[in-house]
Amino acid sequence: MTTVRLDQLEVREGVAIGSSSPWQTALRALARDRSALVGAIVIAIIAMVAIVTPLVFPDDYCIAQPDIIGLKNIPPSFTHPLGTDKFSRDVLARLICGARVSLSIAFLSVLVAATVGTVYGAIAGYLGGIADSLLMRLVDALLAIPRVLLLIAVATLWNRLEITGLILLLGLTGWFGVSRLVRTLVASARHDEFVAAARALGASDLRILGQHILPRVVSPVLVAATLGIGNVIVIEAGLTYLGMGVQPPRASWGSIFYDGVEYFPSVWWVCVFAGAALVVTVLAVNLVADGLREALDARQLPPR
Amino acid sequence: MRRFLARRLAHGAAVIVIAASLSFALVHLAPGDPFSGSPDGFAIDPETARIRRSEYGLDRPLLQQYLAFMGHLAVGDLGRSIRHGRPVSAVLADALPHTVLLMGTALLLSFAGGVTLGAWQAARRGSRADRVAGTTSLVVVSLPEFWLGLVLLLVFVYKVPILPGGGVVDLMHDSLSPAGKLLDRARHLALPSLTLALLGTATIARYQRAALLDVLPQDFVRTARAKGVAERWVIYRHALRNALLPTIVLAGLSLPTLLGGAVFVEQVFSWPGMGSEAAAAFSARDYPLVVGAALLGAVMVVIGSLITDVLHAAVDPRVRPR
Repeated sequence: MTTVRLDQLEVREGVAIGSSSPWQTALRALARDRSALVGAIVIAIIAMVAIVTPLVFPDDYCIAQPDIIGLKNIPPSFTHPLGTDKFSRDVLARLICGARVSLSIAFLSVLVAATVGTVYGAIAGYLGGIADSLLMRLVDALLAIPRVLLLIAVATLWNRLEITGLILLLGLTGWFGVSRLVRTLVASARHDEFVAAARALGASDLRILGQHILPRVVSPVLVAATLGIGNVIVIEAGLTYLGMGVQPPRASWGSIFYDGVEYFPSVWWVCVFAGAALVVTVLAVNLVADGLREALDARQLPPR
Repeated sequence: MRRFLARRLAHGAAVIVIAASLSFALVHLAPGDPFSGSPDGFAIDPETARIRRSEYGLDRPLLQQYLAFMGHLAVGDLGRSIRHGRPVSAVLADALPHTVLLMGTALLLSFAGGVTLGAWQAARRGSRADRVAGTTSLVVVSLPEFWLGLVLLLVFVYKVPILPGGGVVDLMHDSLSPAGKLLDRARHLALPSLTLALLGTATIARYQRAALLDVLPQDFVRTARAKGVAERWVIYRHALRNALLPTIVLAGLSLPTLLGGAVFVEQVFSWPGMGSEAAAAFSARDYPLVVGAALLGAVMVVIGSLITDVLHAAVDPRVRPR
């Protein structure tokens, strides 16, 4: 007769009960919600264009200045569908390169934020007591310093941040809210009966946290992270607009917009298209986040 | 209530001490200092830099600097701004009223507008009007502050020039009559506060609508309806009161975001508030002013959340600790 360890048995049972993963639930919910579906499709298209186009066009196409005087500030036409900017660069090409920069900064920094926030919050919530209070007071203090002031401070003190630095900066200033959320969820789950049961069966702390508690945290964190992506796209554009984000000649939607401001009313196409790309993407992300929130019933999160 | 207040005050003070230490650490972790020359290659004579460093105490051991900083902070002394050559507190005191005026107006407008719009939507939930308003709010919350600010600037300053495009008062402000002065200030305040208020209204309206829809299925609402109270009255008198609580909390929690938004908006409209002062201090590596601005931001947020908590406890006996 084979011996089966009791905690393994318990885990297998847990899997059988919650047979659809949070991802499946989320996908199914998205497919039902029409506006969320539209948002998801828009994001998918923009992401595809951002990923595929550089494979077709050379990478530096968006900073190429073929004829610096003759092609300056020309309105949309067949050769330049969205016109050219004050440095005679093709706006469409720059928007596509910008999509890659803006979107990867947003996705990666939110990934950093969600990871750090989840780990930190889970530790605080699981430990409880004085350690929890201390860890959370630190988060309170970090949340009290307005994020934009913090970002401007770091961006300027470490002048000329590379993209990696920017991703880390946005990620490491974005996890405070997530950690508070995770901490609350973990602290309340810690006293649930299924945790007591797992512990009675001899499961270690790490196992309880990883296998039993954290799966319950996934959907709220997913919603918070989706909202965070929209937020970070806006913040990155704002920082770049202030000259503290992505550095020229590299394109991001913020820097393209900034390049267009100088000639704005007469050369409208640079600002309008960069602004449109920014707003449409953020709107699409927020539609998906709204849909996810409804579907996963993560109503404890504030809107946006 | 008094003990609750004392606990919250102690908590707020602890948060401020930690925030102060963090901003001190942040500034001193950064490479270079105010006298190591600018990143654009403009250099400072090493001897001058050495003298200036010792003048500002930057050559002392870090721990000693930290203790001195915290000691001065305890008596409200934030040091001297390097850029202005004046005490940091004086520089910030000049900028603070502008920011408070801007944020206060924006908060008031967005609260009034957001609660009204949210309740109006909840009263006709599911209708076409509700959906149009909901979509519009979602579009507005997706807009970057500087973008919205620039669009308003373009429309009301360049296309239909009816409002001034920047600053707090007109050049001729001093020659105006008292009523004219007030009008002049209001006209200058209009666009920056409207930018922030539009975003705030959309955020609060979305939240208010959801909060009302959470309250509507509750028993007391059913009771009111059963008594024959008109549906509009049920929403505006019975449900709204209960649904206001989460909105008050949200308004308090959104203070850091509002302050961050104000930084961009102040830049767009050349509004001489804390945001502009901070951005300038950061690029000049004015350590004391950087720390002071970040700290003042934290203090404002702490005071804001304290007021929120007290308001919340005053309105809702359930959250008052026994």
